[in-house]
Amino acid sequence: MDLGLDVNVTDGIPVVAVRGEVDFGSAPRLRELLVSTAMDGNHRVVVDLRAVEFLDSTGLGVLVGALKRYRTLGGDLLLVISTSRIQSVFELTGLTSAFAIHDTVGAAVEAAGT
Amino acid sequence: MTTDEAVVLRVPARAENLALIRLVVTSLAEGLAELAGNRLDDLRLAVSEACANAMEAYSRAGRSGAEVVVRCLAVPGRVEVEVHDEAGGFDPGRLEPHPPVEAPERLHHERGLGVPLMRELAEAEFRAEGGGTTVRLVVA
Repeated sequence: MDLGLDVNVTDGIPVVAVRGEVDFGSAPRLRELLVSTAMDGNHRVVVDLRAVEFLDSTGLGVLVGALKRYRTLGGDLLLVISTSRIQSVFELTGLTSAFAIHDTVGAAVEAAGT
Repeated sequence: MTTDEAVVLRVPARAENLALIRLVVTSLAEGLAELAGNRLDDLRLAVSEACANAMEAYSRAGRSGAEVVVRCLAVPGRVEVEVHDEAGGFDPGRLEPHPPVEAPERLHHERGLGVPLMRELAEAEFRAEGGGTTVRLVVA
């Protein structure tokens, strides 16, 4: 399965919906999108990983890099994760506590807006 | 690994081939080893990490498209996969350990997550072999 990326703005917060497989080959596309979203003046972003089937360490690295970028800008990057498969990748690499992780887009958008 | 029963894939080192490798290895593991779902996920990710490392090593060596060799032996309850490249090798023992999870410096590690991940997901061994690296992964 390929990587799908869509951005919808909800309550002023860009929500990046990621679908499919984020790996060594496709992760650069996610990086570009997150960089350009920040350059558009958005300092808070929600990344929705609910429809991600596969996430490797390159994908994790992109999210970590983006998190730093957004926090440097005074903002944040919030994640939405609903599957144990993706949650466990964050747990195994010790990154669970680095990110604000929510179960639903609504909760993440609300947290990003406060 | 006994090679006579192993399935061997020789795949050009291009990132778009990772999905194919994952599909083949996971199918073998599912069909022959009957691994449980979460162990299948572990195997899928560990093998993909090893292959991505091999591809990155070829890319650094200016040899994108050279061959990554994946040997997969699946028997009931156990899967062994060896991923070999001829890209010059690296020493996983020289990787810097990551800071603790709570440490703010943890976020400085955007790269180098793959080897620790493989070690969490599988029994993982790294050895210099031929002109490159062989990664052996066992998931049971």
